[in-house]
Amino acid sequence: MVEKTVKAPAIVRLFRDETFRRGVVAILVFLVLWEIGAQFKSWFGVMVPFIGKVAPPSAVVVRWLEVGQWAGYWESWYLSTGRVFLGFVVAQVIGIPFGLAMAVNKYFRGMFFPPFEILRPIPPLAWVPASIIFWPTTELSIMFVTFLGAFYTIVINVLGGARSIDIQYLRAAQSMGASQWDLFRKIILPGTLPSIFIGAAVGMGITWEVVLAGEMISGGGQQGGGGLGFFIWSSYMGGVMDQVIVGMISIGLAGYISSSLIRYVGYLAMPWRRMF
Amino acid sequence: MAANPNVVSTAATQTRGAISIRNVSKIYDPGGVNVLAVDDCSLEIAGGEVCMIVGPSGCGKTTLLNAIAGFHSITEGQIDLDGEMLCGPGKPLADQGADRVVVFQNGALFPWKTLADNVAYGPIVQGVMSKSEAREKAIHMLDEAGLSGVADKYPGEVSSGMARRAEIVRALINDPKVLLLDEPYRAMDALTKSIMHESLLEVYDRTKVTIFFITHDLEEAIFLGDRVIVMTTRPAKTKKIVDVKIERPRDYRLLSSEDFRVLMEETKSAVHEEAVKAFEAGERELA
Amino acid sequence: MSNQTAPGSAPSGGQLMFLRAAKALRTPMPYLAFIGIALWLGIYFLLNEYWKIFPFYKIPGPVEVVTEWMNKDPIWGTSLFTEDYYRNIWVSCRRIGIAFALATGLGVPLGLFMGWSKKFKDYTFPVLETLRPIPILAWVPLAIVMFAGFETPIIYLATLASFFVTALNTMLGVESIDESYFRAAGCLGSKKHHVFWHVVVPGALPFIFTGLQISIGVAWFSLVAAEMISGDYGLGYMIMDSYMVNKYTTMVMAMLTLGFVGWITSAMVRIAGYRMMQWRQKALGQGGA
Repeated sequence: MVEKTVKAPAIVRLFRDETFRRGVVAILVFLVLWEIGAQFKSWFGVMVPFIGKVAPPSAVVVRWLEVGQWAGYWESWYLSTGRVFLGFVVAQVIGIPFGLAMAVNKYFRGMFFPPFEILRPIPPLAWVPASIIFWPTTELSIMFVTFLGAFYTIVINVLGGARSIDIQYLRAAQSMGASQWDLFRKIILPGTLPSIFIGAAVGMGITWEVVLAGEMISGGGQQGGGGLGFFIWSSYMGGVMDQVIVGMISIGLAGYISSSLIRYVGYLAMPWRRMF
Repeated sequence: MAANPNVVSTAATQTRGAISIRNVSKIYDPGGVNVLAVDDCSLEIAGGEVCMIVGPSGCGKTTLLNAIAGFHSITEGQIDLDGEMLCGPGKPLADQGADRVVVFQNGALFPWKTLADNVAYGPIVQGVMSKSEAREKAIHMLDEAGLSGVADKYPGEVSSGMARRAEIVRALINDPKVLLLDEPYRAMDALTKSIMHESLLEVYDRTKVTIFFITHDLEEAIFLGDRVIVMTTRPAKTKKIVDVKIERPRDYRLLSSEDFRVLMEETKSAVHEEAVKAFEAGERELA
Repeated sequence: MSNQTAPGSAPSGGQLMFLRAAKALRTPMPYLAFIGIALWLGIYFLLNEYWKIFPFYKIPGPVEVVTEWMNKDPIWGTSLFTEDYYRNIWVSCRRIGIAFALATGLGVPLGLFMGWSKKFKDYTFPVLETLRPIPILAWVPLAIVMFAGFETPIIYLATLASFFVTALNTMLGVESIDESYFRAAGCLGSKKHHVFWHVVVPGALPFIFTGLQISIGVAWFSLVAAEMISGDYGLGYMIMDSYMVNKYTTMVMAMLTLGFVGWITSAMVRIAGYRMMQWRQKALGQGGA
């Protein structure tokens, strides 16, 4: 008869996995090409277009080790993450109820969706100057723009998610005697959760973009400076290109970690979606 | 209905599309757990025969169809078509080809092509007809199948019954040796189903193509088939083979005949036994 | 046995749209929309221009903006009648056009291959996924260093953002195609290139167009940011520039124009999608498959 095979430990399976191996190869090739392209001038005297002007990965790694010991670097992380977190939370706190209200009540939607849709195409960053004029502090103005970015995304996703709940679930609940509040709490809310988390993950990406922009545009000198955006911009101003790349990768990492965090929270919050 | 004088039955037509399944086993490996889907199954299907495979859901009967069509490989054994090996030792995965066309459970007409374009697709990509020839033939065959007004509609615009019939036409235009049907009428209501059955019987009487039909509906199996093969729950093995020696052409009146009732009785207990086992096992259906 | 269709053919796409519009007018929706927008404009006006509440009064109200906008001789120098208004619009639109075309031309084929061939995906996806989390604006310094001039870095940034979205969505589109369609094509005797053109491309089209709508929004987002930081001409630049010299009315005008132009380009993509996917419109028109 056929036996159940014994699984090798996870890490070994990872290395045996063809997809993983190919991925490693791909990234190594990318790094090698980058290194060669960036160093071409100093090795062979010919400047490779575009890549030739970029700092090579070897320099980036060296600089990163250096910068990693500098408290200011980690403080940038802290500042940016704080802003992102705050703006993001505010956007969710206002956006989710707003989206749900629009999904549940068609009169509310009829009235508030059109102005929402009209303002939506204006990119959040276009609001930066107006925001600076309006809010008393720079910090608040960045926060507002951050809020806008994530707000639009979460509302659209919540709306889409709530409206796509199969009406059969609602009818089934009603036939078992559910009240309007029950329906909302037990069917609409959980049914919308997947969309809320998708909206949150996407909104998180936008939030990082906006925080970065805010820090780059208005940082430096004034109160509310600092953060990874400022780190990148001042490195550029100082002509330290490899540090710029350190900043880029750092912020990419930070964005990735926060999105993963959201996905993990979503995984915990929605046990019915865990398959196999 | 009198015998159709347009159907030429020569010895060649009769022996076309004979499938020989010998000692076939299939092991799946989802997530590192070996699952034996098919266990040492052997079956001989004659050319021009309507072979119905009946069994509980997820028992592995689709695996056999997939092996014949070339969608999945087999782990052991051999499958031949008209004496030539499709898959076997050294070649676990059969090539896909227009000699064994499949009609799918949930319908697989390309939603982005009209019915006529769907039907014309096979001959065009095989290079056996030009675009205009294929289109002409497609419309002609759709007319014959009673779908004259809808040839230029998209599958999303017509009823599932019409779509399924069009899918069969799409298969037949390629003059296949074998027609593989994977529970094609599963999602239909009884009324549409009976029309589908009559339509299929009419097609069979005309073309005498070998039909390999998977279903869980015993009535459908006996009504359409020359032989009914009852399969066990996973791992699939042949449990019982019942010959349906009722003359063709058949029609719906057969359903209330004595012959039919006898055959149902003969097969019913075997099928029911396996259904109960499958239910108790409670496993999620494979592919 | 033959099926007769109802007398007269099915309504065309245009007729369907008209019917839906007429039907919509009979519901309370359009009127609510009107009320909603009027409400918003009304509050905006009251807060900014009439009651002049702090800090709202610092930003010009709707009446002020519209008057300036339609002024033949605008106080702050820009209106419907000035040349540089249109020049800014044109410059931004041209950049978007180039960026979008590049991003789509590169992103769609890449996405199609990534979705179709696991091997290809295994080699390309990791690199993409490593670069994707880096916010587009973080590329600004690098873009300025790599590319000469003003235009190229700006277009590069908009293209990059758009490209990631397009490639990803296209890939997901191919992966979302039901396995049965591939099998059907296979058992009908298709060769690989048949499968590509007759299954992969049309099957991925819905996702591709969703991606394109998102990507044009993202392109605008990045373009505006880039223009604000390092541009000359363009709507983003117009906003920043007028802010710098306290021409707030012009600033708001630019913002609203930006919103409008962005909406139009998005609608254009959506309409293109509808036309290319006739089969979906007709299926949905029948009440769903």
